[in-house]
Order: sequence, then C-alpha cells, then structure tokens
Amino acid sequence: MRIAGRAHRFGDDINTDYIIASKYKTTSLDPAELTRHLMEDIDPGFAQRIRPGDIIVAGRNFGCGSSREGAPVVIKAAGIGAVVAQSFARIFFRNAINIGLPVFICDTAAINTGDDLELDLEAGTGRDATTGALITAAPLPRAMINVVRDGGLAAHIRKHGTFQIA
Amino acid sequence: MTGKTMSEKILSTKSGREARAGDIVVADLDLTYSHDGNRPLAMELLSSMGTDRVWDPSRYILFLDHHPSPNAVSAAAHTKLRQFAIDQGCQLYEMGDGISHVVLPERGHIAPGDLVIGSDSHTCTGGAVAAFTTGVGSTDMAAAIATGKLWLLVPETILIQCDGALPPGVGAKDLALAIAGEIGADGANYMAVEFAGSTVENLPMDGRFTLTNMAIEFGAKAGLIGSDAVTEAWLAPRLSRPWMHLRSDPDAVFGRVVHIDSAALTPRIAKPHAVDNVVSIEDVLGTQIHQVVIGTCNAARESDLAEAARILRGKHIAPGVRLVVTPSSRDTMVASMKSGVLATLVEAGAVIATPGCSGCAGGCHFAVPDKGENVLSTANRNFKGRLGNPDSFIWLASPATAAASALTGRITDPRAYVETAA
Repeated sequence: MRIAGRAHRFGDDINTDYIIASKYKTTSLDPAELTRHLMEDIDPGFAQRIRPGDIIVAGRNFGCGSSREGAPVVIKAAGIGAVVAQSFARIFFRNAINIGLPVFICDTAAINTGDDLELDLEAGTGRDATTGALITAAPLPRAMINVVRDGGLAAHIRKHGTFQIA
Repeated sequence: MTGKTMSEKILSTKSGREARAGDIVVADLDLTYSHDGNRPLAMELLSSMGTDRVWDPSRYILFLDHHPSPNAVSAAAHTKLRQFAIDQGCQLYEMGDGISHVVLPERGHIAPGDLVIGSDSHTCTGGAVAAFTTGVGSTDMAAAIATGKLWLLVPETILIQCDGALPPGVGAKDLALAIAGEIGADGANYMAVEFAGSTVENLPMDGRFTLTNMAIEFGAKAGLIGSDAVTEAWLAPRLSRPWMHLRSDPDAVFGRVVHIDSAALTPRIAKPHAVDNVVSIEDVLGTQIHQVVIGTCNAARESDLAEAARILRGKHIAPGVRLVVTPSSRDTMVASMKSGVLATLVEAGAVIATPGCSGCAGGCHFAVPDKGENVLSTANRNFKGRLGNPDSFIWLASPATAAASALTGRITDPRAYVETAA
C-alpha cells in the first residue's frame, strides 16, 4: 500500500485527549462528526485544514494517555493516510494496527509541515519529496504482521477463531 | 537459567510456556472489564469477531463509572451496557459504585498471579496486588471477550527501588510524581515497572495502588508490587478463592534499576500540561488555585480522604476556592461516612460528588473549570483540556497538598499542617 500526502508536524507526547478531547465522548458517537474536533485543543482549525491522504508527523510517544480507540478511529475517519512518529505509546499502537490505521515508526526530526511524503507501507520505506530525504521504518512486531495481513484484528479472529500469531 | 520477574512468571503460567522478556505469547485471561467511557464500546464490536457470546460471562465485568451524571448520549450507552450484562449474564457495577480500577481489587475480583485486561489505560492499578493488569482498546477487548485470550509481548521490567522512610507530609503520591519526573512520560513504554524497597514494603495498600495507578503515566504496560504480609492482610476479608504469593526472583533480570531515596523526598507538583513536568513544591508555592479536586482512581481512597480531613478538621477552605471530593468507590464513601471523615470535609467547605470518574475525564460534565483557572488535583493526568476546558490549567499533587492548598487558596506546603495536626 502506497500513501502520498502532505506532512502536518506535531511534537512529543501527543496524548489521546489532544487527538480527540474527552468532553466529546458524550456529545456524539459518530466518528465522522467527531473528526471536526481532531487535535482541536492543541491546534484549533487542524480538522478544517487537512486534505484526504495527509500525514500526521510527530515526535516521541504519540498517542500516550487514555486507551480510547476513538483516537485512531477519528484520525482514520478524518482521512489521514498515516501517522509517522519517532515512537508510539503502546495501547495507541495496538489500536491503530487493530483498526487498520497505517502507522510508521521512523526518524521524523527532519520532516516539516508542508513536506510532501511518499510512504510504502509494506516495504517500510519512503521519502520526503520536498527535501529528498529517504525514510526507513522500523519493522512491525511479527505478531502484528498477521493481523495487518488479515485486514485488522476482527478479520483475523473471524478467520482463525483465535489469535494466530506465531 | 536466571530467575524471572513477576511479569515473566505470570505470562509463563498463563501461556503454558516458558516466557521471557521479548517473547510474544498468547495468554489465557483471568478477568476482563470495560466501562462506559470509551467509544466504540467493546460489546459493540463483539459480533465483528464472529460470535455474539462472551466466552465466559463470569470473567467479564462492566462498570458505569465514567459518566456518573449521564447526559442523553451517555444514558443511552448505560442502557446498552445494562442490557448487555443481562443478556450475557455478566456482572455490572452501577453508577455510584465507584471506579472500576478501585472496585475490582476492593471487592475481591483480582488475586496475586492473575492476568487481567481492562479497556482503560489505568487498568495497571490492579498490579498492587501482584497481578499483571494492563489496558487495551475496544477491538483488543472484543477479541479477548470472544476468545478468552490476548496476545502480549512479554515486557522487560524496570525495577523502581524506593528505600527509606517518607517524611511526614510526604506520601505515595509524591513518590509517584517523583518517579514520573525521573523516568519521563515514555520512559517505560512497552515495559513493566515493579515498585520495591523498604518504602513500598511500609506502604499500606491505598498508597500502593496510588503507585501502580501511575505506571501508565510513564508509558508502562503494567505496574506491579510483590505480595507480602500487607497484601495478605488486605486481601483476607475480600478474596475467597485460594491464592499464592508472587514476587520476582532474587536473580531476575531487570532492564533498568532506578533508585529513589524516599527520605529525601519533598511534596511534589506536576505542573500543567504534562505528568512528567514535576517540581518540588518550593518552586511553585503561592500559585493561586481556584479549584481543588480530591478524587479519581489515583488518590481518593479511604486513607487519602482521612489525610485531607486531618488537615481540614475544624477549619474552612479559603474564600474563592471550591473543594470537590469524589470518593473513589462506594466502599470508600461508606467507610468515610462512618468514620466522620466526610462530615469533616463537608464542614470545611467541600462538595461531595458521586463515586466515579467525576473531576478527571472531561466527559463527566462535572467540576469543569473556567478559562484561565488553576485546578489542583489528586488525579494522575493534567493534560490540557482534561477537565473539559482547554483554557484551564491542571496541577497534580497529593491529598495532603490538596487539603493544605484549599485552606489558603494557594499552592501550600502540607508539611507544617501535618505536624500541627499530629
């Protein structure tokens, strides 16, 4: 799967409350509706600026905090093509893989907002077309590869009846 | 072969194979639980796993804790959860029963050596009774309640060795904040942390839960404390099934060891908007506070409320300050009523809220601060907007610091108050 999009740069420790604030848990259950509030508390207007396929780029520990699966669900529903970060918090990373939001762990220090990125998810490679710099992703943990190949965790469990991840 | 950490022991037993840090295992779950706070609800995803039945209804418990004062949207979620519990034959704790992470060990649902998952990041709290308890998202939970299993990477463990006596007025929360400052918000990502040493051995269970509850704030998958006589005495009236003590082997291999000199600790504050933005209280003394919250799954147990009451007894909070107290469970509330602690707090000016997550997650519609206000809270998280207003500021502290600061309306060192109250 190949993804091309503009980079939107964020810092370290972007927690799940910043991705989608707790207060919206009781305003709507519709991910499409909630996309209007994506990153609202730290970057008002972000949801209105993004185009389908755009890529969120962050520093360390993206998705820390709550276990809310709404965080990757809303990012995906907003049309974000992938999240590229130096590292991800554990629960967010599992959730993203389970629901099929592409995530890419790589050195993001040289990527700036507005850069055009091209990513090849299977190969784990890509490039920043604006700067010409090559991007190399850390390989997925092998337990997750089968989940991704089966099309997410629900499809994996339906197919095997249990976890088939050796 | 070297010895094993607690995590390696539990995950070996539950996966039926020799499990070491770095291994990936599929493990049998002793207990799973969900609450009303996160969307989608795991139960809504169950059918996507190819089944409509929970694998073992006696091992999936539901809680209505995040929205103790529901609006129309959360009331609808409550109805769904109640109906699901009836249809499946699962136990459900109603609104007002308390916060899942507090209620589960308190009501004897978790034993040493258990493997527990919850669809909430603070599931790590249960590790204080020597269990491996970790948070997952809704899809992982749905797969878990469909199969009774979950895949897990066996984590390396950071040993947090805390030695020495905590000075008067300095408690488990200050220790937890000091550790957060020391290892940082992602210092234990993908790892477990084990709290050990003479300080931890001398902590009552309430303080131990305060420590393990914070493990996720360092990124950890689990926070564990080896079982001992304190655990045994606390579990005795609560847990009817047999259990065995569990501790890491003396020759277990730890990824890292962090030493904390507890005797040298001072009251700590996490400044807005990050849990690892920790300073000693001297750096922020006198900061004006508009609202004080003593609540949440971190530090609102019986002894936390009692500590605040000792400082507030016979006094009144400062004009212009609100004090909100949310007992963490029904049991905590009842005990605090019987002991007179709640009366003391109310006489001092406190508002008492329904046991649950009020005063922490913004979806609770409770204690939402105004723009520009400072909130001093015993919570575990101070993210911008956490209480429902991104233009307010949340400062984290111990129950003692919260009580002393409510008296003055400014961040106040509790040590003087504790000595005079003794």
